Amino acid sequence: MVSSYRVQGATGEWEVVIGLEVHAQVTSRAKLFSGASTEFGAEPNAQVSLVDAAMPGMLPVPNRECIVQAVRTGMALQAQINTWSRFDRKNYFYADLPQGYQISQLYHPIVGEGLIEILLDDKDESSAKQVGIERIHLEQDAGKMLHDQHPSFSYVDLNRSGVALMEIVSKPDMRSPEEAGAYVRKLRSILRYVGSCDGNMEQGSMRADVNVSVRRPGEPLGTRTETKNVNSVRFIMAAIEYEASRQVDVLESGGKVVQETRLFDPDRVETRSLRSKEEAHDYRYFPDPDLLPIQLSDAFLDECRGSLPELPDAKRHRYETELGLSAYNASVLTAEVETARWFERLLTATGKAGPEIGRAASNWVISDLFGALNRLGKTITTSPVSPEQGAELLALVADGTLSGTLAKQVFEIMLETGEGPGTIVEERGLKQTSDTDAIEAVIAGVLEANAEKVAQYRSGKDKLFGFFVGQTMKAMQGKANPAVVNDLLKKALS
Amino acid sequence: MSAITDLGVKAIRDGFRNGDFSAREVADAFNAAVAAARGLNAFVVETPELALAAAERADEARASGNLKPLSGVPLGIKDLFATKGVQTTASSRILEGFTPTYDSTVSGNLLAAGAGMLGKLNMDEFAMGSSNETSGFGPVISPWRRSDGGNAPLTPGGSSGGSAAAVAARIAPGVTGTDTGGSIRQPAAFVGITGIKPTYGRCSRYGMVAFASSLDQAGPMARDVRDCAIMLEAMAGFDPKDSTSLDLPVPQWEANLSADIRGKRIGIPREYRIEGVPEEIDRVWEQGIAWMRDAGAEIVEVSLPHTRYALPTYYIIAPAEASSNLARYDGVRYGRRKMPGQGGLTEMYEATRAAGFGAEVKRRIMIGTYVLSAGFYDAYFNQAQKVRALIARDFERVWEECDLLLTPTAPSAAFALGEKSNDPIAMYLNDVFAVPASLAGLPAMSVPAGLDKQGLPLGLQIIGRALDEQGVLDAGLAFEQRAGFTARAEAWW
Amino acid sequence: MSVDTATVRHIARLARIAVSDGEVEALLPELNNILGWVEQLQEVDVAGVEPMTAVIPNRQRLRADEVSDGAIREQVLANAPVAEHGFFAVPKVIE
Repeated sequence: MVSSYRVQGATGEWEVVIGLEVHAQVTSRAKLFSGASTEFGAEPNAQVSLVDAAMPGMLPVPNRECIVQAVRTGMALQAQINTWSRFDRKNYFYADLPQGYQISQLYHPIVGEGLIEILLDDKDESSAKQVGIERIHLEQDAGKMLHDQHPSFSYVDLNRSGVALMEIVSKPDMRSPEEAGAYVRKLRSILRYVGSCDGNMEQGSMRADVNVSVRRPGEPLGTRTETKNVNSVRFIMAAIEYEASRQVDVLESGGKVVQETRLFDPDRVETRSLRSKEEAHDYRYFPDPDLLPIQLSDAFLDECRGSLPELPDAKRHRYETELGLSAYNASVLTAEVETARWFERLLTATGKAGPEIGRAASNWVISDLFGALNRLGKTITTSPVSPEQGAELLALVADGTLSGTLAKQVFEIMLETGEGPGTIVEERGLKQTSDTDAIEAVIAGVLEANAEKVAQYRSGKDKLFGFFVGQTMKAMQGKANPAVVNDLLKKALS
Repeated sequence: MSAITDLGVKAIRDGFRNGDFSAREVADAFNAAVAAARGLNAFVVETPELALAAAERADEARASGNLKPLSGVPLGIKDLFATKGVQTTASSRILEGFTPTYDSTVSGNLLAAGAGMLGKLNMDEFAMGSSNETSGFGPVISPWRRSDGGNAPLTPGGSSGGSAAAVAARIAPGVTGTDTGGSIRQPAAFVGITGIKPTYGRCSRYGMVAFASSLDQAGPMARDVRDCAIMLEAMAGFDPKDSTSLDLPVPQWEANLSADIRGKRIGIPREYRIEGVPEEIDRVWEQGIAWMRDAGAEIVEVSLPHTRYALPTYYIIAPAEASSNLARYDGVRYGRRKMPGQGGLTEMYEATRAAGFGAEVKRRIMIGTYVLSAGFYDAYFNQAQKVRALIARDFERVWEECDLLLTPTAPSAAFALGEKSNDPIAMYLNDVFAVPASLAGLPAMSVPAGLDKQGLPLGLQIIGRALDEQGVLDAGLAFEQRAGFTARAEAWW
Repeated sequence: MSVDTATVRHIARLARIAVSDGEVEALLPELNNILGWVEQLQEVDVAGVEPMTAVIPNRQRLRADEVSDGAIREQVLANAPVAEHGFFAVPKVIE
């Protein structure tokens, strides 16, 4: 699908070209080249080994899990896995970089070209667009600096120094902020399915360098800028929007876009040049002589492939075909791995398969459960109702024990008390009744108390039927089977 | 009985085991010799208390029958090896005061084998030099003097100059050295002792201050071949903390040592006959060839066609790696920090590194930075790595024709301090014979062959196939028996 | 290829080594000598030769993903020229 997003300049339309470099923290217990912990939130420098602090004579030894995670991620992005890759040193000085170089991969990354399919409209499979992946490489994260703790010092904390990152580089295939947003959300979703990154943007587990250029539609690529370290989907989209219109302004006023590194200021919603820091970057990449090439065996690749879960696209298609879900429902239920897991536990607990239960379960999750979680400010992982309890509730509806109304009542009680629906129905007597004698007795009472309305009904005011249903249900505290009530009322009123 | 300090590693180990003397007596003797030889400037730090403590443990171990391989033997440790609780500087002012909280694997292995530590040996700064004159703590002075009576202070060679001087002056029976492009072999040759650089990966580089990672290798320097075999056995071994360490068992080099080299084919590479080398070097080389023939080896003329490109290759790769390896000396986490009157982080880096590094180190960092910089990587570094592959291939091919190579170790005898310090390239040429084996990662040893007409030692080099330290040591032993080198520097210090 | 004083200053800056004018003047011929000397490598025919990656055939081993290190803050900070409140301290960086 061709994006029609255009920046309207004073002199006409401009097309925006976007590429993203996403830095994703690899999920692992220990760091990429040392045995120090990667856990978030420790005391300063408490998770630093002598290797991370670059003490003289310290040497890196790669963590197998980080290699596995990068390969699994590559496989999930249908990418070329390079069975021979190598680490290079990227040389520059900064106080958060103890070695004076970052171990990264320039010449021979572990993962080559792949792709991600994004949906621009959740309800519409035909809105799919493919965004190319250029490469994925592994590298070390830097430490952290605090500039506001002392009048004349900056403080350095190396806890993050050496934590493994995957840099996932897209091709310049995106054409609008929305596409970029959909790309990041989809990438995040896949990483979380794979389990190779927790996708936590607030804690910095995922951040993006945003490359933007503009051009007249159909013309060659323009000069790009790179906005560094943007850490939310919203900010990424805002940065693109700002940067595209800034570049259009520059070009239309006769200027030239400078290829440079920029910074996104979330408070002002603008990007700013980092030209001052730009001076003389010459990273002098060369193969790290402390490390040997990484060679992956077939058995290693099989192990990685074998441990991949069903991925969101495959799951979405399966939900549509096997479970008869709408494109929208399937999309919503598969977007986040936790939602899909919860939904599948729910299905398993029902003991049923196929479209009937699929639709019932998906509708209940999306309207009732999500509605309630939203209201309570909870997420699927903190849901007070378990999938097993949900399945029980669905079963009570399916076998006629609960009416729709009763089911909603029971669900509210479940949310409040955490009790199972069976117990609630039992203890509070919320069972729906089809006992005709009992219903007839109540109907008789209702008709007797509303003799005037009965007369009106019988003289042709059909609309009053609903009133009698309501009165009957109310008298039975909602527990009567509505179909039976309808039948009996019709008979009684005829 | 001769003085204890006249004994080598094996003699001390065995004499101590036999009860000829206590470890305490050995430690006292060497501690005293070290203290008396300060004029050589061989040690940056002396640790007599550590030598004594190890000796006491050795004496207890002997009493309880728990001897370790090197119990009773005190050793000197090159200042490139991190030693827990003992200042480690790589003879650079930038690391002055740095006290590691860890031991290098190699020095740790020696201590775990029961050896004591006499102190940290002076060296060229960050192992960059061939004369010890680049040390931040002043040059080591060779115990040797020319027979002309001029008493000009001579270089012990470098970078393991303190190591070489200590063994030659009999103030340590054995020492560790490191060899990146000849730093064990050239100084060993200059002072008439034996030193072996094993196959790259035999000795762990963990905790050894890095100069050029793809070339750096630790090795022993001692009075003779057997002492080297004993020490190397204790130093070598697989280390999971070094990705380039070889996961192989350590051979029993000492037990298997044999001077029987009958039938071995010894190659004489014609490209090592270079112009401008003193006639005396050729003479000892011919003498060495005759000794090997006498030992029953077959002598074959061979060719290593890319030999002349080895030095320029080395002087691209080693500085490139060094420029990156030395980036960590920035005054942030350890070492000396220099703060200019004003300015920020960048100015602190620049001032710290300008003050902490000596001229040769700066020169090599600059060269290394340049050859890696944008636009020059392919022309310099990548080209050098390709030529390096060709040099390694030369050796691979030559092993089809011979089992070992015999060459001079250095193109001259020891020179006077100051003689070459103003001409970097003349200094670099010292390693012309040593560098090819380094580039190919091969085991290579220097053994004393004789004296030149000024009365200074000359050494020959034996190079072997990868992992064939045994072959190198055996040929060295056969050579040593025929050379009968007994000359020693008369104590003037 | 030879370098000029501007290049010498640029390299010194990249390498974070302060150089005085006098040092630049002294370094210039030294570096050019060395660079001129290593230039001879250009004459070697390396067609079809792969750059060397590992000098002795060896495979990269991979470590198990276990937390086996860290929690040694005192050792990490032991040699710091300036450390405060568990941090290394450097001249303030104005961002």
